[in-house]
Amino acid sequence: MSICLTLLKRMPVTALIGLLLTFGFLVMALFAPWLAPYPMSESVGDMWMGPSAEFWLGTDNLGRDLLSRLIHGARTTMTIAALATALAFSIGSVLGILAAVYGGWVDQLISRGVDIVMSIPTLIFALVILSVMPSTVLMLIVIMGVLDSTRVFRISRAVAVNINVMDFVEAARLRGEGKGWIIFREILPNALTPLVAELGLRFIFAVLFLSSLSFLGLGVQPPEADWGSMVRENRQGIVFGVPAALIPAAAIALLAISVNLVADWVLRHTTDLKGGRRG
Amino acid sequence: MADTLLDIRHLTIDATAYPPGEAPQEITIVDDVSFTLERGKVLGLIGESGAGKSTIGLSPAGYGRGGIRLSGEVWVNGRDILKDTPKALRKLRGKTVCYVAQSAAAAFNPAQTLMEQVIETTLLHGLATRQEAEARAVELFGQLGLPDPEHFGSRYPHQVSGGQLQRAMTAMALCPKPDLIIFDEPTTALDVTTQIDVLAAIKRAIHTTGVGALYITHDLAVVAQVADDILVLRQGEKVEMGSTAQIIESPQEAYTQALVAVRSIAHTPKPPSPTPLLAVEGVSAAYHQSGHNVLETISLSVSAGQTLAIVGESGSGKSTLARVITGLLPPNRGQLLFAETPLPHTLAERSKETLRELQMIYQMADVAMNPRHTVETIIGRPLTFYFGLKGKARRERIIELLDAIELGEAFIDRYPAELSGGQKQRVCIARALAAKPKLIICDEVTSALDPLVADGILKLLLRLQAQENVAYLFITHDLATVKAIADSIAVMHQGQVVRYGKRDTVLSPPFDAYTQKLLASVPQMKQGWLEEALTTHHD
Amino acid sequence: MNTFVIKLIAQRLALGLLLLLAVSVLIFVGTQLLPGDVAQSILGQSATPEAVDNLRRELGLDQPAWLRYLDWLGGILQGDLGTALSNRQDIGESLWGRAGNTLFLAFWTAVVAVPLAILLGLVAVRYQNRWPDRVISGTTLTAISLPEFFIGYLLIYLFAVKFNWFPSVSTVYSGMSLGERLHAIALPAATLTLVILAHMMRMTRAAILSVMQSPYIETAELKGLGLFRIIARHAFPNAIAPVVNVVMLNLAFLIVGVVVVEVIFVYPGMGQYLIDHVSKRDVPVVQAVGLLFAAVYIGLNMLADIIAIVTNPRLRHPK
Repeated sequence: MSICLTLLKRMPVTALIGLLLTFGFLVMALFAPWLAPYPMSESVGDMWMGPSAEFWLGTDNLGRDLLSRLIHGARTTMTIAALATALAFSIGSVLGILAAVYGGWVDQLISRGVDIVMSIPTLIFALVILSVMPSTVLMLIVIMGVLDSTRVFRISRAVAVNINVMDFVEAARLRGEGKGWIIFREILPNALTPLVAELGLRFIFAVLFLSSLSFLGLGVQPPEADWGSMVRENRQGIVFGVPAALIPAAAIALLAISVNLVADWVLRHTTDLKGGRRG
Repeated sequence: MADTLLDIRHLTIDATAYPPGEAPQEITIVDDVSFTLERGKVLGLIGESGAGKSTIGLSPAGYGRGGIRLSGEVWVNGRDILKDTPKALRKLRGKTVCYVAQSAAAAFNPAQTLMEQVIETTLLHGLATRQEAEARAVELFGQLGLPDPEHFGSRYPHQVSGGQLQRAMTAMALCPKPDLIIFDEPTTALDVTTQIDVLAAIKRAIHTTGVGALYITHDLAVVAQVADDILVLRQGEKVEMGSTAQIIESPQEAYTQALVAVRSIAHTPKPPSPTPLLAVEGVSAAYHQSGHNVLETISLSVSAGQTLAIVGESGSGKSTLARVITGLLPPNRGQLLFAETPLPHTLAERSKETLRELQMIYQMADVAMNPRHTVETIIGRPLTFYFGLKGKARRERIIELLDAIELGEAFIDRYPAELSGGQKQRVCIARALAAKPKLIICDEVTSALDPLVADGILKLLLRLQAQENVAYLFITHDLATVKAIADSIAVMHQGQVVRYGKRDTVLSPPFDAYTQKLLASVPQMKQGWLEEALTTHHD
Repeated sequence: MNTFVIKLIAQRLALGLLLLLAVSVLIFVGTQLLPGDVAQSILGQSATPEAVDNLRRELGLDQPAWLRYLDWLGGILQGDLGTALSNRQDIGESLWGRAGNTLFLAFWTAVVAVPLAILLGLVAVRYQNRWPDRVISGTTLTAISLPEFFIGYLLIYLFAVKFNWFPSVSTVYSGMSLGERLHAIALPAATLTLVILAHMMRMTRAAILSVMQSPYIETAELKGLGLFRIIARHAFPNAIAPVVNVVMLNLAFLIVGVVVVEVIFVYPGMGQYLIDHVSKRDVPVVQAVGLLFAAVYIGLNMLADIIAIVTNPRLRHPK
């Protein structure tokens, strides 16, 4: 506990703000049904009303309360993004470390496969698959998870390879340690810091990517709504001077910025491979 | 005095350190150092790492790395350059004061030819026309012993060797005919046989041009060859200063005396036993199946409780031999015998007992220990892994080992980053000892340490050998270390053993050509050694 | 140029082509061979069995997979990109004008973004850790977190609706003058520029910084060279390779951004075309356009590698 407090005291203001905002969004997502003033799908006012005491952010194209939809949307966006990131990390980091430790044809096979998948821009590949598969939540998580795992693979493999060639890993090998000890007690503790920072960046990417897909109409389908599809629904209003579409877009931006501030701090201020106590 | 080239008065250098996760700290790198240098003379700055020699060495150029702050006075040619404007400093650098870096390989621009870079400052400061400058450069290349001086300049940095680059860098410093050259550890990264040539070239060039020089190094024997006077530094403070003769023959301060006495550990070698502990018989090895052999028919043996020193320069194959013995690189010919039983060629085939009896200590203790493990885990793991020790028994044994390596119980919860270079290596020694091995392979274990610290480690290793009756296979490139620790010696050159036998036999004439060259190249701590050695070197 | 470099370049080209081939297989597999009946999922649950069968025959689903793939690949190599399912038009013809539009947008974006990114990178390094650097770093950190549609619609809201300086829908048609075209694409180009500028600037800053922190730069300073001379003669030649690499990688990034931006501004380019047909589940279009985008992406990456090879002094002047 005291470690957490000393950690908080030493964080720069920007990272602290990022942490608070991220925490705020998390609360919003977790307690959505209790926080939202109005139900998500009910039409409670006129179309595209401006902000007022009744509707803090105004209403959307079907007269639904924007704030409530935003809060529920937080849940959808963040859940799907988090699950996709978790999937990407599970696949990517496991394969990356295995490729680094086993080397040889295992490494070659996986790396070449990843190279091929990464030769197609992520969005294009997702669109290709979504042109034939239905856009269910499960499908979105799987597509995003699998596509993003390639990047996680590259990074975890690079980190693991760097650690693998260090003398202390060779010393463990010479001792006769099995692969299990080497992976979990030698490599992983040193790989955590860069991977944790990467976790934040991957999450942001997942949020932005999902929102783009929903905006294009290929992500979350009605009646479910995430922030990206909210932008899509309200985009016609912009031409008429109704800024409703900007609000979910701004929410996405704010979430991404907050997580970025924290990830940036993690990357730059925690001890690296040569360090001792975690800072 | 018109003859005073450099006059440093009360120089103090401070810096702010930013340790990760902690508040910034103010540290003093150099504390109130004063000295003078006369025109045409060479002053050696000697000290261990952290002494501040490089930082002081850069001050006559008015330069400081990484945001350090210089206070005091630095008079060059009658002017305090610490008060100069950046423009005036730029006029000073490259024209009056030149710098030769430690790592010439990194200090050259990979995208330009050597000639371009060598004559750059001469042209910039308008000291000569291009033709004149190029002619001077070619002359310097010749003086410094570089091959094909006429065309040497048209090559790129990556096309020439390390020793040649170091000489090219010296040519670059000499070209604008400066008053002062700062040599920052110019031969530290070179092999001993290359070092002697470069050292001679530098000394010749200094005498021919009459330039004044600051020669920075940690090796007293090297600096004794080139310097007129020596200044001894320790942790940013001046310890002693005097003429070279005085420092070497009658050092006043205890620290200086310790530096002069380094590597003079006396060791009585033991005769080899008829039944060796480890026998390497006709071993050859290559990195790839079809590649040429990196090791060619190596035969040698280590007796129980004794030390076999394997000496060689880079590329001799000594580290490869260690990899073969540990099972990381299977040989393609020959066999290994350990305690009279054949040793399986690969690591995977060896039993835990065999692995336990053969331990290894590495050169760079920083990377030889997992930074996330405490000393307790590092030393304790072999205890649990090999002997199943746990709990109190394990902890007690760890403390025993910590006492044996002269560190003590207080270190048990420390992380590697909190230890000094010498302490880290001691922990690595304890880790190897924890397994109660019969043989420890020491791969250049003192090469990365300061001379005094290295001495301490050698003494520790000798004491532990007597106590535990453990044998060492001691790999090194440093002959002085060999004399201090070896019972038998094997000299390796380009993958073969060129000389092998008892210590005194190997080190006495008659020698084969390579051993002769190697022995002659090790700097002795006496003046005039360089000239003597050069005659034998080129015979 | 010596033979070694030529050999390396040839290898890289061959690798690129091989990769493209593998990608074509992947795209084909992605659209044709996924589990579940493709024809059924295209027509939906309520389709009649005859309609499904017809579509199957039309898509050639009754033929073995590898034959279908070779047919398709053969067609592409001969320049026939296939026929769209939804409107029966030749894909190649429909794409012709649109590809031009997308290239136009991408070109003008690159022309503005690349010099700006390099300039800002240089400024950030020059004033490293002082306020210009912090401001630039802070702004880019924010900018890379902004989704394209946020920037796009914000620009429309301000400059098209409130100030009415630019159109909110970027229609271009043949017969427009260059000036009119530029005016039409001003906002989408600005959006795209902001998006890739942020990414590119961070990377150029890192690349230039790493060169400036090399030991030979210190040598140059100790030789008394002025800052301008150091940058021009020592830093720049060594920075070309990493900076060009960064630029190429981000231009590849540009392709993806173009798709979303074209939808925001209803711009008649390749991206808009692709999205329209994805929602209509028009498989041949998706295959063809997907392959085209991938080819450009692979091409740019390959170009980045080749430039890195050609500008490396160690490779140009071997021992």
